[in-house]
Amino acid sequence: MSVNILIYFIKRLLKAIPVLLIIITIAFFMMRVAPGGPFTQDRKLLPEVEKNIQAAYHLDKPLYVQYGMYLGNVLTGDLGPSYKYKDFTVNELIALGAPVSLKLGLTALFVALLFGVYLGTIAALNQNKLIDYSVMTIAMTGLVVPSFVLAPLLTLVFGVYWKVLPVGGWNNGALENMILPVISLSLPLIAVMARLTRGGLIEVLRSNYIRTARAKGLPEWLVVTRHAMPAGLMPLVTYLAPATAGIVVGSVVVEQIFGLPGIGRYFVIGAMQRDYTLVMGVLILFSSLILFLNILADIAYSVLDPKVKLS
Amino acid sequence: MIRLSKNQPDKNSALIQDSAAFEEANGRSLWQDARRRLFANKAAVVSMCILVFLIVLAALADVISPNSYETVNWDKINQPPTWDTFNIFGTDGLGRDLFVRTLYGARISFAVGVIATLVALVIGVTYGAVSGFIGGKVDEVMMRIVDILYSLPFMFIVIVLMVVFGRHIFLIFLALGAVEWLTMARVVRGQTLKIKHMEFIEAAESLGVPKFTIITRHIIPNVIGPVIIFVTLTIPGVILAESFLSFLGLGVQEPLTSWGRLISEGANEIETAPWLLLFPASFMGLTLFCFNFIGDGLRDALDPKDR
Repeated sequence: MSVNILIYFIKRLLKAIPVLLIIITIAFFMMRVAPGGPFTQDRKLLPEVEKNIQAAYHLDKPLYVQYGMYLGNVLTGDLGPSYKYKDFTVNELIALGAPVSLKLGLTALFVALLFGVYLGTIAALNQNKLIDYSVMTIAMTGLVVPSFVLAPLLTLVFGVYWKVLPVGGWNNGALENMILPVISLSLPLIAVMARLTRGGLIEVLRSNYIRTARAKGLPEWLVVTRHAMPAGLMPLVTYLAPATAGIVVGSVVVEQIFGLPGIGRYFVIGAMQRDYTLVMGVLILFSSLILFLNILADIAYSVLDPKVKLS
Repeated sequence: MIRLSKNQPDKNSALIQDSAAFEEANGRSLWQDARRRLFANKAAVVSMCILVFLIVLAALADVISPNSYETVNWDKINQPPTWDTFNIFGTDGLGRDLFVRTLYGARISFAVGVIATLVALVIGVTYGAVSGFIGGKVDEVMMRIVDILYSLPFMFIVIVLMVVFGRHIFLIFLALGAVEWLTMARVVRGQTLKIKHMEFIEAAESLGVPKFTIITRHIIPNVIGPVIIFVTLTIPGVILAESFLSFLGLGVQEPLTSWGRLISEGANEIETAPWLLLFPASFMGLTLFCFNFIGDGLRDALDPKDR
């Protein structure tokens, strides 16, 4: 079993490499055919100066040579120098931002799982009662209020009116600086997770083996946690990969709104300033992350559900 | 037996469309049933009314309000809502009327939502129906492509696209449509696989109907139910995605506006002029709510499992 999983994992990793190559290629050429470059400015540079800069960043070479050089560098783990943040390489910038984004994202995912499963379970156990309807209404709200609306609203209420939480900044990840970004990121996910949990549990709770578990006198909480949840939470497992992708996308906006020094913000700033290497670096990082998580989710699914076969 | 006679005629309806008498009796049952169930769903009905109201409001923006969406008015910058000059939602940092601007934003959002969804619909339905109907190796390759595209972080590629090629509204339609068709293709393929072995398709094949005609005449009309549900859930998704892009400053260009852009502008001034955030945000929230309720209502109405 475990050998099978390992083989499957390696196979999938190998299959992910061409996908990553496609992404890199598309993004690379898309950015190069665009008019205007990172060193295009309102005030014309002296031709010699411009030439020197172009040469320093190898922008004077033919496109396919640049592409080859870039690919070669990426394969050795070097994402190149940033065009706009002088004195920084993209690797350094990502190393600076990654811990912030990672802490924020993981916390948000954890919070979302905790509340999503909790609310979904409560709703499922009280199906078609008032609690169920109120939980599902809240979930619907979370679904239609995107993080870029939620974040400013939260700032308005907690930061401006009540002045209990800071309106932005990272402050080395202090708890009070984390609260609002984490809520903004996790609320949409809580909504989806609560719906999935509810749906999955309701279906399972009707099945015969649950009736058996109840009939043999197990306390209700044990029936739910030991018997219903493993099967009922399966839809949630498949959702984990898209959820993480959602957090990655959401973090771009949330980091922007709260002024957090994560990689999501680098992506936006980099894109605006045509900092090609920085944008490519972040894109590659995010893509690899999402691809990797998709693989993990499939494996987790097969481990949890014996009916699914890895192939 | 009753269930059978309810189901069967609809699937066959494409075949016997020529005979008008049959069509009268058969065509209506499923859709009338669905309509009755949909109109019994209060949330869906209220949502439809609100959406129609919003669309009319957006279409008549210039008639309703004496203010223009683009006239800069230095005398009334960031004014709170007032009835005097009909600035009922207040004014923004350039003294422009927020009410009219919110409605213009609604126009863009609705347009993007509908057009991008149509793009997704056309690509997705064709792709899915062809892939599912032909089957075999072709199906495998076509679905493998969808799988690969699925794993791309599309939002980022769209962002790069917008930055690189400028912020043209047609690009937004296309880019968002290009993202959304993937799920549509999967839905349609699944449905196609389900119905392609049914007798009425076999009958059409044995009568010598060309493959293309079978797809357009028999397959596509019969996958419409799930597609309609998916469309109502795609539109809010697209509106959201457009707002996301606009929020990052990659949407439509000034003086035109969209909800995402208004929200982003409002977010910068929440301390001094909270109405700039609250009105566009509640309009967008309300719209997304309505689409979701309608989608849920349609699912309940069209899903045969729940009958």
